[in-house]
Amino acid sequence: MTQQNHSRHTISVLVYNHPGIMAKVTSLFTRRGFHVESITAGKAKDEEMLRLTIVVMADSKSLEQIQKQLYKVIDTVKVSLIHPELKVEREMALIKVKPPNVPKSELFQLVNVFRGRVVDASPSGFIIEITGPVPKIDAFINLLARNSIIEIARTGTVAINRWPGKVGTSVERRA
Amino acid sequence: MRMSGARIIVESLLQEGVDTLFCYPGGSVIPVFDELYKNGHDIRLIIPRHEQGGGHAADGYARATGKVGVFIVTSGPGATNTTTAIANAHMDSIPLVAITGQVPRSKIGTDAFQEADITGITLPITKANFIIDDVKELAPTLKKAFHLARIGRPGPVLVDVPVNIQYDMTEFAYPREAELNNHGPKKNGHPRQLKIAVKMLKGAKKPLVIAGGGVNFSDSTDLANKFCDVYHLPVVSTLMGHGICPQKEELYYGGIGMHGSRYGNYAVQNADLILALGVRFSDRILGDPQSFAPGAKIIHVDIDPAEIGKNIDVHLPIVGHVRSVLEQLIGQAEIRNDRSRWINELQSQKQNFPMTYKKCGSLKPQHLIRLANKYFPEDTIVASDVGQNQMWVAQYFRFRRPRSLLTSGGLGTMGFALPAAIGAKIGHPDREVLMFAGDGGFQMNIQELMTIKRYNLNVKMLVLDNGHLGMVRQWQELLCKKRYSGTVSTDNPDFAKIAEAVGIHALKLDRSEDAEGTMQRLAAADESMLVHAHIDPAENVLPMVPVGKSLDHVLTSI
Repeated sequence: MTQQNHSRHTISVLVYNHPGIMAKVTSLFTRRGFHVESITAGKAKDEEMLRLTIVVMADSKSLEQIQKQLYKVIDTVKVSLIHPELKVEREMALIKVKPPNVPKSELFQLVNVFRGRVVDASPSGFIIEITGPVPKIDAFINLLARNSIIEIARTGTVAINRWPGKVGTSVERRA
Repeated sequence: MRMSGARIIVESLLQEGVDTLFCYPGGSVIPVFDELYKNGHDIRLIIPRHEQGGGHAADGYARATGKVGVFIVTSGPGATNTTTAIANAHMDSIPLVAITGQVPRSKIGTDAFQEADITGITLPITKANFIIDDVKELAPTLKKAFHLARIGRPGPVLVDVPVNIQYDMTEFAYPREAELNNHGPKKNGHPRQLKIAVKMLKGAKKPLVIAGGGVNFSDSTDLANKFCDVYHLPVVSTLMGHGICPQKEELYYGGIGMHGSRYGNYAVQNADLILALGVRFSDRILGDPQSFAPGAKIIHVDIDPAEIGKNIDVHLPIVGHVRSVLEQLIGQAEIRNDRSRWINELQSQKQNFPMTYKKCGSLKPQHLIRLANKYFPEDTIVASDVGQNQMWVAQYFRFRRPRSLLTSGGLGTMGFALPAAIGAKIGHPDREVLMFAGDGGFQMNIQELMTIKRYNLNVKMLVLDNGHLGMVRQWQELLCKKRYSGTVSTDNPDFAKIAEAVGIHALKLDRSEDAEGTMQRLAAADESMLVHAHIDPAENVLPMVPVGKSLDHVLTSI
């Protein structure tokens, strides 16, 4: 498989929350040579189930193969591809920063522009929570002074397909 | 009725119709062995000399009979010793149920004596695996394990049972159905796809059927033979597909791929339509995927949707059970067409470039295999090992019955032949079982000679000793200017003496002129016998398509 035609795809997988399910899914990616960018897991609508959101770099052929292989895992209930345009996609990051050299108000302003929140403050620094599509979080991190960042914890992407209908409603822009 | 977990295991096996169990005792399966002892004679226990041998024997039993092979081993090393057998069965889609003992639930994770995370270890080499947390789950999980091992594309399933669960008591009721969320594989091919397939087959001037392991293991060989005969379709076979045998000899073109026949590969490269039945298009078949069957449209029939488009792009996928799809196709009279020109073309290839080897004074393995073919009955089950012996057997033994070649196709496991032959003989006591192995592979599970003796099995063994790990030596001749690094084993023991020490009759064979007489004696013997044959050490497997090359690129000498 060449690296050239690879692009980013999001796959949503509904699985039974049986012991070892995460290992089963993740080992599949290693074994078949698929490159995972992020993987998230959380309870689904049905309490017995988990919804995994997996972001992979793949060409169309290996993307098809990934989905078929995921279906072969005994605890898999449904594998769906998240539509590249008709989706809502979010990630959350917690960022620990030192007090800035510039006035603190500038930092808070930046957080406000990105609709983030300061969730912890102490004389040693702050913790900022920010939610949004991956590029937004990347952009925010890039705007922080590099040496002020102590730690970053990101959740990885969660995504869901939109209701069928028009693309990009005003609801999306507000988020 | 209330019973212990150990008894539940035995009762569940009986419910599944298991009458033969390959097993090796150990600390974490003492309760199960005790229940097997109390049960008496309903289940025949086969105790190998090494757990790997037991695993391969269960695999050979499953390949030869079509039933699920079952083995029970203890925790830790008992379980890890079977991993090669499990991986081997997984690659070749063989139905196995492996039951492993485990340290008590309370000790798991403490690095207890003989503890190994066997469900973790076997995750990528099983179709599914389970660890039992509560004795109540035991019967439903075993039901699920047998169901999964058999259904759709078969495969090995492992159930890990902590020893305390084997003592725990619960009410036993064996479930009628396995509880599963998805995994109801389609049996029939989609009617729309079939309609297109019929049209493609009708229009094809140079059609070719490729029979794979899926034909053997779905018990479709008879139907596939009939399909080729009725519609006059030439057929070739993958290593796992041997056993395909249309009545009309002019329709059969042998094996394909790296060590396929020249005419078989010619058929692939010149066909205009390929109907691939239960084939996974492995790298050993494809050579260079880009130049595989350049003029052909490919119809791919497989039960596993993940096989479609995995290794090669196909024009028409049909997801379904090979047997069901053939049943659907066989009623379609339109497929019939005059293919005599194409058959004549293939016939002249077969006549001009037959399977051949240099007949000089030394003992040639090909000659021995042809003699075996001559003197052994048609329904003989052949177990081959891996390497040159495997390829010679595939090239020179004509398999006329389904499930008659037991060979490690995907994993290529040396040491497979001897235990697999044991499993086959236990499954089919009335049929001849003939094992071929090289000197290298034979020594990898040579301890199972004792198992043959212990159960008085009539297994015929031919050890083709060329004093080398021949297949690697052949590649070193081709790629490394004859630098035979690590592949020379001229210090082999006297295999005949080893067999005799175990109590098995043995013959030595060194000269070509004695070959026929020895083979006659081997075939006529009414108990197990080993022939230690010193074959020409320089003999190569030919023809050969070098790795990654197009199937047109056939070497007939090195």
